[in-house]
Amino acid sequence: MSDHIVSAYSEELERLSADIMKMGGIVETMIVDASRALGANDLELAKEVVLRDPLVDAIEADAERQIVSLIARRQPMGHDLRMILSAMKISSELERIGDLAKNIAKRAQRLDENVNPEMRNAIIRMSQPVSRQLNDVLNAYATANADKAKAVWSSDDDIDHHYNSVFREMLTYLVEDPRRISAGAHMLFMAKNLERIGDHCTNIAEFVYYQAVGDYLSELERPKQNQV
Amino acid sequence: MDTSQGMSPVVDNNLTLPPIADAAAAPRIDCRNIKVFYGETQAIHDVSMSFPDRAVTALIGPSGCGKSTFLRCLNRMNDTIENCRVEGQILMDGENINDADVDPVLLRSRVGMVFQKPNPFPKSIYDNIAYGPRIHGLANGREDLDAIVEKSLRRAGLWDEVKDRLMAPGTGLSGGQQQRLCIARAIAVQPEVILMDEPCSALDPIATARIEELIDELRNRYCIVIVTHSMQQAARVSQRTAFFHLGNLVELGDTSQIFTNPREKRTEDYITGRFG
Repeated sequence: MSDHIVSAYSEELERLSADIMKMGGIVETMIVDASRALGANDLELAKEVVLRDPLVDAIEADAERQIVSLIARRQPMGHDLRMILSAMKISSELERIGDLAKNIAKRAQRLDENVNPEMRNAIIRMSQPVSRQLNDVLNAYATANADKAKAVWSSDDDIDHHYNSVFREMLTYLVEDPRRISAGAHMLFMAKNLERIGDHCTNIAEFVYYQAVGDYLSELERPKQNQV
Repeated sequence: MDTSQGMSPVVDNNLTLPPIADAAAAPRIDCRNIKVFYGETQAIHDVSMSFPDRAVTALIGPSGCGKSTFLRCLNRMNDTIENCRVEGQILMDGENINDADVDPVLLRSRVGMVFQKPNPFPKSIYDNIAYGPRIHGLANGREDLDAIVEKSLRRAGLWDEVKDRLMAPGTGLSGGQQQRLCIARAIAVQPEVILMDEPCSALDPIATARIEELIDELRNRYCIVIVTHSMQQAARVSQRTAFFHLGNLVELGDTSQIFTNPREKRTEDYITGRFG
């Protein structure tokens, strides 16, 4: 799209969109590193992931200030309006994802010695499609690609399937050995967090789609598989 | 928020009211294949659009796009311009207003107009309003005329401010009051359509808000067509918006659609400030 007559307006929009991408990049690595920390029982890395969350919050707060200022001063219309509204929504979704990733990293530090490698692997396996989902939706955002956004939006049921199977798998480990209950409870929350991150990715996909097309993805069409 | 200031948000116009009647089904004015020439130069290229009753239609577009020229076709104001030729049909109640047997003076009482610069007659406030009803014989005696003057001033939201000085000159009012006086004058002859050519561009934001509030009330009775350079104003006051460029009608749609999701790239570029 060509530039605005007022070039500062274009620059402000570019800055906002760059900040959203930056937030997305940080939360994406938070998920990946939280899961790595869990797999390797790397408590230092887990701590470090927790420390990244305030940065995400700060970028979100700054994005919100930029958005208020853009609306007040530029009276955005058309695609610009949709872009700004989407940025507002997406930044709060990313902030939530950051919180959830932080929570996974926190729980990774609280696991006792009764946790077995299979339990860790179950979470790591589930984290992969989730971070891929986030990566895909961020790519869709960066390229304003409505088709990619729609693909992410319709594939959330894969994550729901994963969640259902991790949930059942965890239960079997807990039934086998009740000493695992404390760690297992943490890990069920981790799985739930990952499932929630998947939901936030679908929300982001909806805003990316709205920004690009100006129309809403209907909630009715989307398959839902989460049974727990 | 004090809505008497007329700064109600855009959604008020579109969400809290029942859907606008389909313009094509019952248009107050139906324009077909309008072409306007100034000498050899064509200013309007084959524009067809209709204007629904009880709704505000905004005409927007860059300077020189033909929106004012098109507006002026609707009550034959272009007749007064030498060299200007209008082709095509403009139907009101099935009758082409360009037909030779249509009296332009009568037409202009049905299709009133408000201009960019308030232009009250150099007469009293009372006579500004009474003039039209008098020449069109709309009043039976003094009492009736008084009633028309009061009703028109009330509808224009000016009565309370001027009721104690009806014999004072209209030109002594403030700019915003003068513009409302001109609207009252247009209303006094019981028009069906009100055309407004940038009615707020000479007014401050408060006076502008009052006019916008007034437009919002008037649309319960009239078909209103407004030309405006302020896209925010078009977004605030209209239910339908038409975008003109280089004498062509580029896009016509619901105002909320035009400003959030225009279908044409030229519309998008214009409303987002990318035209250059």
